[in-house]
Amino acid sequence: MFVLTEMKDTVRIQPWLFKDDVNDAIVNVLNKKFANKVVHNVGLCIALWDIQQLEDSFLFPGDGAHHTVVYFRFVVFRPFIDEILLGKIKSCSKDGVHVSMGFFDDIIIPPNAMQDPTRFDEQEQLWAWEYAMEDGKHDLFMDIGSGCLMKHSLTQRRLDPIKRVKTPRKGRLK
Amino acid sequence: MEVKKEKSAMLSNYEVLALLQDIQKGHNKQKKMHTNIATVSYEIIQHLENTACAKQSPEVISNFMKALEPYKLTKAEKLQFLNLRPRTAVEIQLIVEESEERLTEDQIYELLDLLGQHLPGDDTEQEQEEMEEEEIVDQE
Repeated sequence: MFVLTEMKDTVRIQPWLFKDDVNDAIVNVLNKKFANKVVHNVGLCIALWDIQQLEDSFLFPGDGAHHTVVYFRFVVFRPFIDEILLGKIKSCSKDGVHVSMGFFDDIIIPPNAMQDPTRFDEQEQLWAWEYAMEDGKHDLFMDIGSGCLMKHSLTQRRLDPIKRVKTPRKGRLK
Repeated sequence: MEVKKEKSAMLSNYEVLALLQDIQKGHNKQKKMHTNIATVSYEIIQHLENTACAKQSPEVISNFMKALEPYKLTKAEKLQFLNLRPRTAVEIQLIVEESEERLTEDQIYELLDLLGQHLPGDDTEQEQEEMEEEEIVDQE
């Protein structure tokens, strides 16, 4: 489910963080920047694993903060194709079954990917698997909250970043 | 920001759980964590605590990996065994590709035994098995 991704970024440490240990400040800034965010073509970033290399820090004129180029590894949620994942059914709709894994919600099982004879029951608003046994068909309903094992097949995997959240401007000292 | 290597290593659920629990402990003493890392670490710990990896440890994992050597499984398959801890032959057939060609039925049952021996399982499951055994003994 999880992989390590090596990344390189320029970390900006602002003057009021100079009293902290440099490594701690960099770890905090990186976690704040990437945790719980989807990076394009990489996956959902979870937490910093380690820092591999710190280059020299630079100061730019007009900017009180110092900038450091950091090479680090990040834990990323990126299931590979054909991996089996365990999730919970969140809801059912005509487009398919919506499954959630707690930290990752956007999983949809479209009707063509479900076991062969499945139908959508309008009354209960649930998908049901028509399992044929000797004594006739049995409907196994996919109830909300029940666990389910999913096989990740690449039909459409899109790792798009979410819209950038605007950070509130901090007050300035006069 | 530049991505140097998209997949430099694969991590087992146990390693991620250990990392996040460390982060949670470390931050209890300091000031508040940023919301994103707090949210994601909390949610993942909640999700992983109920799975097989919560009871694993580095020694357990290395013993298990050594025991799996003769079966010639790919890295991904061994990782999935660790993370999912299959209990039935069906689950093993799902995880291992072309399992009919690569593994005989006996080997599949051997794998199930190995999994039961090396990886700590659910207590509730063991209780159920013990209850079933007691019922069989009572019937006899």
